[in-house]
Amino acid sequence: MSQVPDQHGRFGPFGGKYVPETLMNALIELEEAYEKYKDDPDFLEEVRYLLKQYSGRPTPLYYAERLSEQLGGAKIYLKREDLNHTGAHKINNTIGQAVLAKRMGKKKVIAETGAGQHGVATATVAALMGLECKVFMGEEDTKRQQLNVFRMKLLGSEVIPVLSGTRTLKDACNETLRYWVSHVDDTYYILGSVTGPHPYPMMVRDFQRIIGLEAREQIQEAEGRLPDVVVAAVGGGSNAIGIFHPFIDDKDVRLVGVEAAGRGVDTEEHAATMTKGRPGVFQGSMSYVLQDEGGQVLPAHSISAGLDYPGIGPEHAYLKDIKRAEYVPITDKEALDALSLLSRTEGIIPALESAHAIAQTLKIAPTMGKDEIIVVNLSGRGDKDVESIMSYLANEEGQQA
Amino acid sequence: MSTVTVPNAIDTVFAELKARGETALIPFMTMGDPDLDTSVSLVQAAEAAGAHMIELGVPYSDPLADGPVIQRASERALKNRISLTDCISVASKARARGVQMPFILFSYFNPALQLGLETFFGLLKDNGFSGVIIPDLPLEEDAEARALAEAHGIHLIPLVAPTSEARVERIAAQAKGFVYCVSSLGVTGVRSTFHEGIDAFLSTVRRSASVPICVGFGISSREHAERFAGQCDGVIVGSAIVRQVEEALPLLTSSDATEKARGLAAVQQFIADLKPRATHS
Repeated sequence: MSQVPDQHGRFGPFGGKYVPETLMNALIELEEAYEKYKDDPDFLEEVRYLLKQYSGRPTPLYYAERLSEQLGGAKIYLKREDLNHTGAHKINNTIGQAVLAKRMGKKKVIAETGAGQHGVATATVAALMGLECKVFMGEEDTKRQQLNVFRMKLLGSEVIPVLSGTRTLKDACNETLRYWVSHVDDTYYILGSVTGPHPYPMMVRDFQRIIGLEAREQIQEAEGRLPDVVVAAVGGGSNAIGIFHPFIDDKDVRLVGVEAAGRGVDTEEHAATMTKGRPGVFQGSMSYVLQDEGGQVLPAHSISAGLDYPGIGPEHAYLKDIKRAEYVPITDKEALDALSLLSRTEGIIPALESAHAIAQTLKIAPTMGKDEIIVVNLSGRGDKDVESIMSYLANEEGQQA
Repeated sequence: MSTVTVPNAIDTVFAELKARGETALIPFMTMGDPDLDTSVSLVQAAEAAGAHMIELGVPYSDPLADGPVIQRASERALKNRISLTDCISVASKARARGVQMPFILFSYFNPALQLGLETFFGLLKDNGFSGVIIPDLPLEEDAEARALAEAHGIHLIPLVAPTSEARVERIAAQAKGFVYCVSSLGVTGVRSTFHEGIDAFLSTVRRSASVPICVGFGISSREHAERFAGQCDGVIVGSAIVRQVEEALPLLTSSDATEKARGLAAVQQFIADLKPRATHS
């Protein structure tokens, strides 16, 4: 298939650079720096070294035997991104971008965060590399994720609560961009997903591709062949594109992205951008967007803060439109059920985001043959979610009583 | 097919001002804050205060280029479910009430895109607009909008920033109406200092542009307006006016006609006080 994005950052009709003029040269500078370093052996070696010695890569591809047997269908393999330093795939990207920021001579970095995973991963590499770091986080999220706020502070970062709009991830992104506009001369923006203006969707994908590259090699080692299906959760879409991308040319491998249906796609409380959204321009790029008829962006909902976002990366929009990947919704409840099942059968508590991918796997594995293979991206661990799960369950019981 | 070229009202106003040695005063207001009818009255008040043209701002859920004042105004307007077409209709309503000055729509790209760009530019033309500013549509992405704007006789007014550097020439070369020079790095909003290279920046833009140049972002007083008056052809004042509207909200939303008139008069006086005195050069 043809290489995307093109030189304008286009994935078919999606992507591009829809930002205020003040940021255009900063994006061009970033694009040029990335072009310069992305094939530079010293740069790649520094990233590789940190991924290995600091974050613990390669992460295992674990055969979930008990879960597979219980479902009685396909063999299920889990790509254990939860075993990375800081507990999720997010650090693959922050290591890459922080090394780049340093080469560009930037001493200050900023980042947006929802639940705090990307914020923690950014604060971590900022500490490691001696960069001054500010993380923007919606005020609602700072209340819901107090531990992560403290974690970032402990790592020496400043956490700035965002009071505008919905006070969640969407507005944290807006505020980070606004801050960047004002401090663009000395500040590097470490964006956390495959969203935003070009070159971020391409660059973050490239840093996350390591997930799929490893998984592809590991499954061939374990099974002597490629999987039939690859499943991953999609908010902005960085863990999904990371595991999908190296399989895109393998036409027989089905790629399934799982988005958050919240309380259901027929309610107003969901984050099912592909199922219920339509193309539009949001936060710097053209992609699918949850929006009303007039083009105002709608608030999203998901029990998983990492999926609670009304947009999605432009490459996913492209993969959907060319029918190379399919996108399906999973509700809060289905994700929670999957989370408990995986915890009990395998002793692995997945992040709520990853639990959406597990939930879809529970649906399709039993329909498949015992000689078929599913690889699921277990993008993060669930420790961060234990409190939200407790309060969700307490709430449910309260409503039933 | 040949078409009769009607001169764009923005060009006409700048030509007149130049002949008189005056700098254009261009207020910005968020439409639908507090409601559409009051917006029409505020536009009338702006003209009465001496504004030469006006930017009608479309409220948007994610106003990336705007600071807190305009964000709050947008939120208030969106609570009233103000749509893009509502905002566009303010121009023809104000015209019907006798407003003469040119209208410029200020909208983020997505609402226009969802309406359909053909429809959007058709409506701008039908409602008497002369220009449009789309802050999140840089040169690289504006080809279709630029062609449609031209076909409808609407000026697509570009922004340049102190960080634009080599881009200034390319942007200014294609500019229609005027070049909107962003005075400082950052979002819209009142500030006390401008970008340190602002004067050099403005002369670079001046050299590259064949159309007038105007300065905006952070201009909130007559002192600011006069500081730039000699270097540019117009000053744009947004947040400072929107904040006046915000402060006058209790009056503007009053059911008592006298109270409401007091609110309008307060905003009108504020705009009148911004007007730079003519430079006698």
